[in-house]
Amino acid sequence: MKTLDELKKIREDAKKNLELRNTDKTIRVVVGMATCGISAGARPVLQTFVEEVSKRKLHNVQVVQTGCIGMCTYEPIVEITMPNEEKVTYVFMDTDKVKKVVSDHLVNGRVVVDYTIGALK
Amino acid sequence: MQKAIDIKENTDKFEELLRYIESQDKSQGILMQTLHKAQEIFGYLPIEVQKFISEKTKIPMAEIYGVATFYTQFSLEPKGQYTVGVCMGTACYVKSAQLVLDRLQQELKIKVGETTEDNVFSIQATRCLGCCGLAPVMMIGEDVYGKVDPKDIPNILKNYR
Amino acid sequence: MALYRSHVLVCGGTGCNSSKSDMIRQRFEEKIIEMGLDKEVQVISTGCFGLCEEGPIVVIYPEGAFYSRMKIDRVDRIVEEHLFKGRIVKEYLYEESLDKDKLKSLNEVDFYSKQKRVALRNCGVINPEDISEYIARDGYLALGKVLTEMTPVDVIQVMKDSGLRGRGGGGFHTGLKWGFAAPNQADQKYVICNADEGDPGAFMDRSVLEGDPHAVLEAMAIAGYAIGATKGFIYVRAEYPIAVKRLEIAIGQAKEMGLLGKNIFDSGFDFEIEIRLGAGAFVCGEETALIASIEGQRGMPRNKPPFPAIKGLFGKPTIINNVETLANVPQIIINGADWFRSFGSEKSPGTKVFALGGKINNTGLVEIPMGTTLREVIYDIGGGCPNGKAFKAVQTGGPSGGCITADYIDTKIDFDTLTDLGSMMGSGGMIVMDEDNCMVDIARFFLEFTVEESCGKCTPCREGTKRMLEILDLITQGKATLEDLDKLEKLAINIKNTALCGLGQTAPNPVLSTMRYFREEYEAHVLEKRCPAGVCKSLLSYYITEDCRGCTKCAKQCPVNCIEGSVKKLHIIDQDKCIKCGACMEACPFDSIIIK
Repeated sequence: MKTLDELKKIREDAKKNLELRNTDKTIRVVVGMATCGISAGARPVLQTFVEEVSKRKLHNVQVVQTGCIGMCTYEPIVEITMPNEEKVTYVFMDTDKVKKVVSDHLVNGRVVVDYTIGALK
Repeated sequence: MQKAIDIKENTDKFEELLRYIESQDKSQGILMQTLHKAQEIFGYLPIEVQKFISEKTKIPMAEIYGVATFYTQFSLEPKGQYTVGVCMGTACYVKSAQLVLDRLQQELKIKVGETTEDNVFSIQATRCLGCCGLAPVMMIGEDVYGKVDPKDIPNILKNYR
Repeated sequence: MALYRSHVLVCGGTGCNSSKSDMIRQRFEEKIIEMGLDKEVQVISTGCFGLCEEGPIVVIYPEGAFYSRMKIDRVDRIVEEHLFKGRIVKEYLYEESLDKDKLKSLNEVDFYSKQKRVALRNCGVINPEDISEYIARDGYLALGKVLTEMTPVDVIQVMKDSGLRGRGGGGFHTGLKWGFAAPNQADQKYVICNADEGDPGAFMDRSVLEGDPHAVLEAMAIAGYAIGATKGFIYVRAEYPIAVKRLEIAIGQAKEMGLLGKNIFDSGFDFEIEIRLGAGAFVCGEETALIASIEGQRGMPRNKPPFPAIKGLFGKPTIINNVETLANVPQIIINGADWFRSFGSEKSPGTKVFALGGKINNTGLVEIPMGTTLREVIYDIGGGCPNGKAFKAVQTGGPSGGCITADYIDTKIDFDTLTDLGSMMGSGGMIVMDEDNCMVDIARFFLEFTVEESCGKCTPCREGTKRMLEILDLITQGKATLEDLDKLEKLAINIKNTALCGLGQTAPNPVLSTMRYFREEYEAHVLEKRCPAGVCKSLLSYYITEDCRGCTKCAKQCPVNCIEGSVKKLHIIDQDKCIKCGACMEACPFDSIIIK
């Protein structure tokens, strides 16, 4: 170890992993992971959320899984809750859609209307 | 009475100890860790082993004997196959560890520091083991028994005979 | 670095480890592989979470779900339900962490909400065997700052300003200690970490070593830079195998990254650390005895002065700091002296870790700001005495301390208030006692400990404590007179004034403080030959009540044949012959034998 900057670089890298253990976050991404969700491909969806959130250093976003959300035909389902805003429900998610939701919705605050449950009707 | 140790039968062990002594930096007070190592190898510190250490390190025998007898962890007597340790830390004591120890001594018919005739158990009253949440605590070898009721002791001991 | 969506933290502290947390961790790993989740979920063994009563403890993130009293057969269900399907298994959670159906975060649980974690900040949070997790929590930043931006004089000034006092018992100002050693010229100086935690019932140092070993290493290097030492020793109890192993791993990793060794941060500063094992001698917690032990001698204290800061290990200037004290140092350097002074009291800044044990619901480690009241610790954090028993006293400071009674429960805890009450901070053991504990017996327990641990060098301690123990034996056997009580007190004061080292000088404290607050209990033993708490065996008698059905089981068990009575008739114990072994009581199927 030669410089303080070198140490700080290692720290930034290591922090990504530890960020998961912080529970004081206000934005929640909930991925439905019951049997139906998993068979529809919820696991890669969840993993992509984790990776994208970390890559973009979104320290205020918690990515959690939950059980059956109750609309099995629309799985994989993802719900995003921002403070003081209504919950947004995305359906038929896949890894490409996740990347767009992260950049548009989580980073820029623009809901990706096409993927939401509202767009189905 | 100390049990003598046969030097010829234990040459491997003495050689292992010698290798350790030679690997140490002599200027930095090596007696404590040498005794730890010797006890790890032989299980206890018979007089022959102390003499051997004295010869190899040039530390006077009197000093080695003095140190070996000062610290409770060094033993000049061989131990039984299992050491039964009853924690006598304060947290265990206020939760009646004494009754556990009494019952154990009664069951094994030996006192603290002694070994049963069949060389299976030795009893030790140990310092705080740091699992105060499990008080009173008893250890047999590596196994920890928490919240021990003196009544359970005969059954616990059965597993080791 | 691989990214995981979930972390399973399994407590690997000694307490939880004793109840097989290691096997629980293994089962998690196996089951996670079985379910094909090993790329998504990481299992980590951490240091102590503090709430040992509820162990073994498992916490799963990102939710922060706190599973308590874990059993190995619960693992599969948690993996299947929680980790695979995202359904938290509520019935296995720590009850307090559920508010109706909502999961509370750890800092909202009563046990944790009043705590302020500085020394324990990483315990139960990081993997102690992975240096990168320590670095992620700002680890080694303080060392980097010190070596690249501060002079040794600056470092000592910050320590002085912080007002940090030694957490090992004495409460001496750490900055002053460093300041004494710094100006002494010598070819070699030493930093020693005192991890010979001998106080029965205190285990905070072990928890820091097990949960956050790098914090201690970093602090030792900072101390080395401040006083001009290049070599450090950690003197640790041989009874702490997990702590030793984690320290070895930590030293290896720090060396590999160049955070220990030669020319750290390209500053020209070298620092090496070596581990030395104790061998079970309480007196080695005293600094001069500890030095003797590292040198390979009998651990006996010597006269001070000269102080170790002038003439210490191998005759060279040496500073000795306790583990918890050191764990505060990197935080003080990073956040500044004012930050540290923002908790605690004027004369005792910062926090203190206490090991809460004995007759208390939440046994475990708690770190609180100095100046917190005993009531908050015992009732709000500790949850009071179990089984609805009345709180009687709390013993602090171990064999060197004393008891504090219910009358003083609103005392604000710091170094000085405890000393004023005739006790002391000590290393932070806090043993709660209820109405079933006899105070004479407790005093006897501690004195027996000091008698065994006296090194024998000075007469007051070697002979005096032994005589005190003999008098206490007489009292607990009902054979003492009031004169003996006076003799005991006089002897105690003499030893306090004349013993060579801290062990002897404080040995009479448990007796003096119990005599001060529980004189009537001593008198009951002496005058009425009665033990009010029903502990002292010689003063108890076994009686058979009217509930006896005459089954004869007790008579058959009695080893001295002192129980008389025929079948289906009330049995009677011959009090003169009874040896009070209690065998009859255990044999009685009707609970009709009582102790009075």
